[in-house]
Amino acid sequence: MSFTYAPAPESRSVVDIAPSYGLFIDGEFTEATGGKVFKTVSPSSEEVLSEVAHGSAEDVDRAVKAARKAFEKWSALPGSERAKYLFRIARIIQERSRELAVLETLDNGKPIKETRDADLPLVAAHFFYYAGWADKLDHAGYGANPRPLGVAGQVIPWNFPLLMLAWKIAPALATGNTVVLKPAETTPLSALFFADICRQAGLPKGVVNIVTGDGTTGAALVAHEGVNKVAFTGSTAVGKAIARTVAGSDKKLTLELGGKGANIVFDDAPIDQAVEGIVQGIFFNQGQVCCAGSRLLVQESIQDELLDSLKRRLSTLRLGDPLDKNTDIGAINSAEQLARITELADSGEAEGAERWAPACELPSAGYWFAPTLFTNVTQAHRIAREEIFGPVLSVLSFRTPDEAVAKANNSQYGLSAGIWTEKGSRMLAVASKLRAGVVWANTFNKFDPTSPFGGFKESGFGREGGRHGLEAYLDV
Amino acid sequence: MSERLTVFKTYKLFVGGKFPRSESGRVYEVTDSKGNWLANAPQSSRKDARDAVVAARKAVGGWSGATAYNRGQVLYRVAEMLEGRKDQFVREVADAEGLSKAKAAAVVDAAIDRWVWYAGWTDKIGQITGSTNPVAGPFFNVSATEPTGVVAVLAPQESSFLGLVSVIAPAIATGNTVVVVASEKAPLPALSLGEVLATSDVPGGVVNILSGRTAEMAPTLASHQDVNAIDLAGADAEFAKELEIAAADNLKRVLRPRPADWTADPGTERMTAFLETRTVWHPTGSLGAGGSSY
Repeated sequence: MSFTYAPAPESRSVVDIAPSYGLFIDGEFTEATGGKVFKTVSPSSEEVLSEVAHGSAEDVDRAVKAARKAFEKWSALPGSERAKYLFRIARIIQERSRELAVLETLDNGKPIKETRDADLPLVAAHFFYYAGWADKLDHAGYGANPRPLGVAGQVIPWNFPLLMLAWKIAPALATGNTVVLKPAETTPLSALFFADICRQAGLPKGVVNIVTGDGTTGAALVAHEGVNKVAFTGSTAVGKAIARTVAGSDKKLTLELGGKGANIVFDDAPIDQAVEGIVQGIFFNQGQVCCAGSRLLVQESIQDELLDSLKRRLSTLRLGDPLDKNTDIGAINSAEQLARITELADSGEAEGAERWAPACELPSAGYWFAPTLFTNVTQAHRIAREEIFGPVLSVLSFRTPDEAVAKANNSQYGLSAGIWTEKGSRMLAVASKLRAGVVWANTFNKFDPTSPFGGFKESGFGREGGRHGLEAYLDV
Repeated sequence: MSERLTVFKTYKLFVGGKFPRSESGRVYEVTDSKGNWLANAPQSSRKDARDAVVAARKAVGGWSGATAYNRGQVLYRVAEMLEGRKDQFVREVADAEGLSKAKAAAVVDAAIDRWVWYAGWTDKIGQITGSTNPVAGPFFNVSATEPTGVVAVLAPQESSFLGLVSVIAPAIATGNTVVVVASEKAPLPALSLGEVLATSDVPGGVVNILSGRTAEMAPTLASHQDVNAIDLAGADAEFAKELEIAAADNLKRVLRPRPADWTADPGTERMTAFLETRTVWHPTGSLGAGGSSY
């Protein structure tokens, strides 16, 4: 017996997207030098949503100068006054969260239930949390009266556009820095709406500058001499390039890069909860998550039982219109990303792994990839080593906890890991041996502004979130 | 044309989210700094104090169990509500403390900002008071703070509003609930604050405000077996000693009075005074000798 759901689309009418947007520099929207623009499309339909200014090196220079000018006054404000600006921003985000959720879903392709229930609440909470730090920096453990760095150049990815903006801008402003932020090329809109929130909050001009563009814009920003701090979230390859760019300068650098998280399931784990955690770990946001649990390490004795349950569960996932409130799997963010996922998944088959996906009809327009899992994966396979950044799970097995740890750590990355076991001492023993910045036990993909996040090894350095997240923006 | 006759407010207590009169039916005359009549405030009895403790105790579970983030939102909401009713408090503070309008406005501004300061502390105090402890053995060992429970607060006598906020906000920021005895001669800003709290998403019973004779209520609160801590800000040295002795009966946490500049940076003392530290041990097991080499 099968049953179907009636469509339950969220209304688009709560968001009003302008046909074009300029760069937000010194409190004003301005055209890019030379008037160059690019289009941003909705990944689920390929509909053009808006035309956005393509910032050049000259535009970056203007923005950095505006941020520099604003820095003097902003950093001299009492922390309690900076706090109140950030609290205002947090509140306005809460007020406008439905609008921003719909906007983010349109521009990114992720399901509305995620933008509504995860992205937006976390964005507001992040500003709220760091607002509170602005006048408490003396208590943060970095000595008395820690100073800001100056102008922060920040480059963020497309997978959580507004959340990554919050992770970057909230601590930077709380500590007294000013920012020039470059959103991802494929998801510029929520950052531009954020510019309007800064206006509503009465934020002084030049404290936040948004320069849209592509990789060349970002490269110009991180290389700019007037930037004192570079914060980047994105691929490990670009992170390495940025590390080379800032080498020999005084720029403080934090990098939040790729991952190949191991989700380890022991034989005493509650299977149903583990299955939900595995699904959450790799199919949340279509797997386009740097800390995704993209490698499932399952204890051999329960492998068949777990895979049966997992496949049954995957068959119930609903893929389609991201604005539909019942949708579990939305669109892949771009044609380019879809091509990368497709290529890597094909390599899995070519290298001998066994591919499985539930029966799943893909929409004709837009960029889609069915939830997929691979069994018979070895540690040498590309799908076990490279970050796919898509809804593709590679399953490996182990016999002993030692073997699980060895396999989990066998990666250039070290961002996240998961452990599923009812035994507390085993959980803690394994957690303490995992070379990963975040370890979730009997849960996965949990985020909170109070909790530091970041990677070991080639997953980057520095932490975002929590008290630790202040360090990246302080001269300490 | 004759001038319009104003409507006076009946000032009432704030207990369990409601606005009762004193069960004793008593009131006392409150005057401004020049001796002009302002209002008849409830003169709470010892029974009112005990009722307030019951209300505060009832609210402990919900408030201490709320997430720190949620408590921060609520405290920030208090600041928002106060900002909108600033004029009223400026008037009341000016009357109560004999301040010029400008000086009273500065006091009220500082009080609003103090709510904001503590709103930001709710989810951070645990991050600076807790720790992971590297014990010499295979154990996961974590210390975390939690609220002590019901705190009786004798509000400062001189600073009727900024001082009041400065003793209430830190106690509730961390998840305690409070029974507050307002400044005896200037209780009106405190009683009006109850009206703000009632419309700020603060759950009923988290803050309970009593007006009346400090000397009458304080011994009841100091010796009450269901009160966990007492802030003696509003007691003089001699009275404070007497109350501290009474408080020893169930080993209440006591915050002694000391000369205070309520306009200064408050620090964390008024929060940590009403926190308990709990340390949890759990074996980490072993996967074999040594740490990771990678």
